[in-house]
Amino acid sequence: MRRIIIIKILLSAVIAAIMIDGGIELYKHRHFQLPIVAGPGITKVKKLSDYCESLKGTMADTYVFFLEGKEEGGKMMIMSNTHANEPAALLAVLIFLENATVEKGTLIIIPQFNQSASRNTRPGDGYPLYFEIPTDWGSKKFRMGNRDASWLDQWPDPDVYIHYPDRQLLSFIDTRNTNRTWPGRPNGPLMERVTYAAMQIIREEKVDVAVDVHGAETMFPVTNCIVAPEKSMRIATMTTLTVKAQEKFDNHVEPSPPGFRGLSHREIGDFSDAMPFLLEAPIPFLDQPTGPKTVELLLDGKDPFLLSLSKKGKLFVPYDETGWPMDKRVGQHTSVILELMRQFTRKFPEKALQVQNAPKYAEVVKNGVGYYYHDPDESDKKSIYMN
Amino acid sequence: MPLIMILYYVISMYLIVLLLWNFFKEKKSVNDMVLYLLVLIPLILRILRVK
Repeated sequence: MRRIIIIKILLSAVIAAIMIDGGIELYKHRHFQLPIVAGPGITKVKKLSDYCESLKGTMADTYVFFLEGKEEGGKMMIMSNTHANEPAALLAVLIFLENATVEKGTLIIIPQFNQSASRNTRPGDGYPLYFEIPTDWGSKKFRMGNRDASWLDQWPDPDVYIHYPDRQLLSFIDTRNTNRTWPGRPNGPLMERVTYAAMQIIREEKVDVAVDVHGAETMFPVTNCIVAPEKSMRIATMTTLTVKAQEKFDNHVEPSPPGFRGLSHREIGDFSDAMPFLLEAPIPFLDQPTGPKTVELLLDGKDPFLLSLSKKGKLFVPYDETGWPMDKRVGQHTSVILELMRQFTRKFPEKALQVQNAPKYAEVVKNGVGYYYHDPDESDKKSIYMN
Repeated sequence: MPLIMILYYVISMYLIVLLLWNFFKEKKSVNDMVLYLLVLIPLILRILRVK
């Protein structure tokens, strides 16, 4: 009897030690704050809950930055971290937040669109909890998020997600995916409230262009592209042709399927006057047949298994020994966003969008992403937003 | 917190009590003891709102 008690005490101690050690790491990750240094172009900062009251006090509430131009013009809303495990989007958007100034029109930027997902992780897939981007002043640390919101914020999942308002049956997991819950509703599950708040921004602020920035696997055909519905198709096509010709990186247009509901590139266009665009850049880290999901793979995109598959013609993007570095992916996003602005301005000159101090592909590749981030310790504390 | 979420936390707590009860009751199988404790981990992390 005494032996059994000793075994139970020892087992409990070992399991408790494992749980506490892992639990502290996960707790720290969920509560890690990313300092965003508001650049000279930011004129106003609001929160998503200003557009949907029921988000107030929840982990899904997040900052909305406004960069208003000296002259009136069009309005573009840019969202990143819709899927928080596709970090090139956030890195590209931060370049705009910390550096860009707007001459004409308004930029509305939501860097951590799925705030809950950015505080979630996927230990079963061996995701790293953090990654760091080298800068001139040290390195900037980011938390690595997950595709879906945390169960701590929205639980339980239904057996099947019934999309609102179309009632299309989607995977249960998509109830926490902010690229399936558009256009949302104010009293729905938390992620539907997030997309509803974004729809309210689009409607109330009269947004003309909505850009949702993502990343996609190299083995997935919808990568290195702009996904656009019918109303955005012309501008998307002109943008891809221009960046291919002038900036020498591959890009194409994918049509937004009208029968697949809940996606930003479909519902924003159908439920508002705005033109939606969803940008995809390759992210080898998300492919299934890779080696360990390390920070190195996330940042340089080099993987021997993908290289082998590339030689067999199984990938949808060009891939060689140089992998697919983060600088290239981020540069593609900044260039495509800037070109979308230019093409929109050409088509609607009365709604011009003109931005300065935002680098294009070649500059980002040459200087590196970290070059564009400012040291929070050396910046005015009033300009720092912990997100 | 929505009512359904509160109910799921109550279910989790019930399962924790059940597992602890079985763990304390177990007199022979060390394998079963380990199993009860391992199954406890995600439930405890959930009610502590860690993961």
